[in-house]
Amino acid sequence: MSALRPLPRWADIALLPLLNLLLAFAVSGLVVLMIGQNPLLAMWAIVTGSFGNGFNIGYTLYYATNFVFTGLAVAVAAHASLFNIGGNGQAYIAGLGVAIVCLALDQTHWLLVAPLAMIAAAVFGGFWAFIPGYLQAKRGSHVVITTIMFNFIAAAIMVYMLNRVFKPANVMGPESRTFAPGGRLPKLGEFVPFLQHTPVNLSIFVAILALIAIYILIWHTKFGYALRALGHNPTASRYAGMSNSRIIMIVMAMSGALAGMVALNEVMGVQNRLVLDFVAEAGFVGIAVALMGRNHPIGIALAALLFGALYQGGNELQYVIQGLDRNMVVIIQALVILFTGAMEGLFRPGLQFTFMLLSPEQKAEAVARETASSES
Amino acid sequence: MKFNKLSKAVVGGVALSAMLAGAAFADPAVIYDLGGKFDKSFNEAAYNGAVRWKEETGGNFLELELQNDAQREQALRRFASQGANPIVMAGFMWTAALEAVAPEFPDTNFVVIDTVVDQPNVQSIMFDEHTGSFLVGALAAMKSETGNVGFVGGMDVPLIHRFYCGYAYGARAVNPDIELQEAYTGTTPAAWNDPVTAGELAKAQMDAGADIVFAAAGGSGLGVLQAMADAGKYSIGVDSNQNHLHPGSVLTSMLKRVDNAVYTAFVEAGDDATFKPGRIDLGLADEGVGYALDENNADLITDEMQTEVEELKAGVIDGSIEVHDYYTDNACPL
Repeated sequence: MSALRPLPRWADIALLPLLNLLLAFAVSGLVVLMIGQNPLLAMWAIVTGSFGNGFNIGYTLYYATNFVFTGLAVAVAAHASLFNIGGNGQAYIAGLGVAIVCLALDQTHWLLVAPLAMIAAAVFGGFWAFIPGYLQAKRGSHVVITTIMFNFIAAAIMVYMLNRVFKPANVMGPESRTFAPGGRLPKLGEFVPFLQHTPVNLSIFVAILALIAIYILIWHTKFGYALRALGHNPTASRYAGMSNSRIIMIVMAMSGALAGMVALNEVMGVQNRLVLDFVAEAGFVGIAVALMGRNHPIGIALAALLFGALYQGGNELQYVIQGLDRNMVVIIQALVILFTGAMEGLFRPGLQFTFMLLSPEQKAEAVARETASSES
Repeated sequence: MKFNKLSKAVVGGVALSAMLAGAAFADPAVIYDLGGKFDKSFNEAAYNGAVRWKEETGGNFLELELQNDAQREQALRRFASQGANPIVMAGFMWTAALEAVAPEFPDTNFVVIDTVVDQPNVQSIMFDEHTGSFLVGALAAMKSETGNVGFVGGMDVPLIHRFYCGYAYGARAVNPDIELQEAYTGTTPAAWNDPVTAGELAKAQMDAGADIVFAAAGGSGLGVLQAMADAGKYSIGVDSNQNHLHPGSVLTSMLKRVDNAVYTAFVEAGDDATFKPGRIDLGLADEGVGYALDENNADLITDEMQTEVEELKAGVIDGSIEVHDYYTDNACPL
């Protein structure tokens, strides 16, 4: 039996994920059918609900912004073969930094507040990931365990801070006061009437810049090379004279800083106050986004858009069809993750075989190989 | 042919979704708070009010169960831009979201329960939880054999302290030496949906001598009612009439007629002619709050108890008995 040749690059990057996605949607359709609803109507509700009009597009982009940040956070760590699943906690703690800056300076101008809030988000989020990074580098505590534990610590800290520190006297719920206009990031709807009443704001440009910056960092800098070397083989990178522990700590801090940008979008851009659970599981969606985007900025941008659409479309689902709700979308998301992440190789052998049959040269080569091996 | 069928189905879907969007115009909407629609308490009362309106008028209403604290503004905007009117929301966590969204939709009428939002198109409905709790506190003190009654609140917020303070005043009004216990399930909205913790708190209060526990904890209160029923002692329900949940064990329920508020809002607030923006307080006199008496607890509440509590009620209404309102000074001086 001849060995199958690897797929052409375009098939590996585009065709395979697309097939996996279609399979995920097909199976989701079966689930919708099982609970007695029309799957085509449900799909249509999700598509129009995410891209149907300016209002929906604005919300899709807003969710996608969050997922770009958390997806990049996971991807940067993944290139150094670190699995940062603490994006939630890092973004949550970063909210503290953003809120402090906004509350202190909201009488000034957002042009002054925004860069400071960004720095604060990066510092707070980065710090929250640096600790697990330090523990991994110096003490060997596995970063998967520590980052997820730090999510819980972050949640407890935030409940305490919101209840005891940020909550004004006349407010019942655990939330800070609303920032004055100086502490709010302008929404795109203020410039583009098409996106009116939607939360998408200037932080989407920060997300785009982050995508470009991460691309340059990973593939076109010395540090990026060191990071990937560590990811491929820590022993070799150590042997080559790099300090693995230093790289681990820097990468984790960077990853946390990226996750922290979610707070810029949510706290300064959308809620305009510090609220409970503003991260809303974006950190975990980031894992799926990075997985599906193959840890590449372009892939992450597309995957973030897909998940943003699923989130927003899923929200719409419950308004359009009685009896279907967000949980349906959780199922679809889970299936997308299952088929594009965990079972991404499902179609690979079949596809490779098809490609071999379809390509004459490959077929000829294979025949030649077969004959050569049988003759010898 | 297969393709044809598919495209037909898609077109059908489009038409249907367009129809749904059209049908939604000017329907009233209700948004339930965290804790869920069927919490047998606060949210369910709101649901019951909406259902009663639907049964009586044959109209259609929109509803949404909130999943996450951060999605309040999106839910409001979604309903408002869809044309829902009025939009009724139950819960004190709506303040900031509504303050942001109400000015964006000046033609939509909003009704919010349990908090005050000062906007020209918002009606804020407040209940006198302290006077209703006063009555159930009095009943608890009459029924208690150990001279020790407990209170398990949901989220630790001024609203729930207001319940406790009324309850404590009621108990002391009947028995000045009665011992009181006070506990809260948590400090986040998750505390509305945590019956396990609430049940444990009730057990701890029983261990400390309480034989009646009042649960003002939304969905968490079910854990308290269960724990008291298991121990063969008495509990007091809240918001909805919860007497039927454990007949013979639920002494009574502190009624907070959120259902009436939602019903009235659906009837009146959709039309600008009958919509009354501003703050409305519902108390004992207008049956906004009260205690529940039905066949499930008829054996538990004797005629003397009922006479005495009715006297207290009359006293509160005419002002001869003063019940401290926690909101006035954020304290409960006993």
